[in-house]
Amino acid sequence: MNGPRILEVRTKILKANDELARAMRREFERVGLLVVNLVSSPGTGKTSFLKETLVRLGGRGEACAAVVGDLETDNDARRLATSGVPVRQINTHGLCHLEADMVAKHLEGWDLGGLRYLFIENVGNLVCPTSWDLGESVRLALLSVTEGEDKPLKYPGLFNTADVAALTKLDLAAACEFDRDRARANIDAVRPGMRVFETSAKTGAGLDEWLAYLAERRAALTAG
Amino acid sequence: MHELSIAMRVIDLAAGHLRAAGGGRVAAVRLRVGRLAGVVPDALRSALAMAARGTAFEAAAIEIDEVPVRIWCPACEREVDLPGLVPLACPACGTRSGDVRGGHDLELESLALVDEAEEAA
Repeated sequence: MNGPRILEVRTKILKANDELARAMRREFERVGLLVVNLVSSPGTGKTSFLKETLVRLGGRGEACAAVVGDLETDNDARRLATSGVPVRQINTHGLCHLEADMVAKHLEGWDLGGLRYLFIENVGNLVCPTSWDLGESVRLALLSVTEGEDKPLKYPGLFNTADVAALTKLDLAAACEFDRDRARANIDAVRPGMRVFETSAKTGAGLDEWLAYLAERRAALTAG
Repeated sequence: MHELSIAMRVIDLAAGHLRAAGGGRVAAVRLRVGRLAGVVPDALRSALAMAARGTAFEAAAIEIDEVPVRIWCPACEREVDLPGLVPLACPACGTRSGDVRGGHDLELESLALVDEAEEAA
């Protein structure tokens, strides 16, 4: 009797998600829509950061929208909706991350061609969202000053897959004895050269720079 | 803990390959998991044991090859594997590099099949 027969399959486990996400990205970019996926641990201030972003973009007459993922409740969608832009909530009912098909389903009925920016606020989690491409062009990892400077070293996967990072709650930096140089060095250790915005949703610090970056990335889409 | 949803996909994918190969008894399932994939091998193993219950993969051994983080070192002009996750710097010369060439892998690599007819013979 022969030993076991080895069937080489070499298949990406998240192939279906990856393929859908790629198709979504092609479509978003074709219509000139910049899609941003916001990832961080719970409590980093994703919702506040996003709300201030939406308010400012809305104030400049830029058409934008957001979808927000949470295990339960539509609290975040209601908070974001006060910005005046269209917002939809995705409840994952226990799942710790968003997947491309959930996002696709929640975009139905929206005129994507009429939008310039779409934000996807992922479920607050520093591990699970890493592997799931949602079709975004920009992945933003957020780190609040209250979490400590070494989070990027503890969760390198999330920061490594990001395109840009934002430090949040900078208004609390002094109270937390937050060492921003060390935080930046740690981010640089897991993702050398990545751009980092130093922000506060409360004071508005750093948000103009963030918006300028978004405009730049969107211009690059429509130019390409 | 997203290992269970990944494990369920592994079983679905593996079942598809098994059907295409004409069936058989599955002795082992081999996976490649990169150290930057955001998946904990031990958690994946437990999740697979759970997801495999009542399927053709219930008795299969789970073999996980962990794939190191690989970066391009611009100074050495070659790809180098890192001993750990951070820093993303060449272990030989210390040059920082964000050019990651491997370590995000999450792949079903192979199935080890025993033909049932042959086994009975």
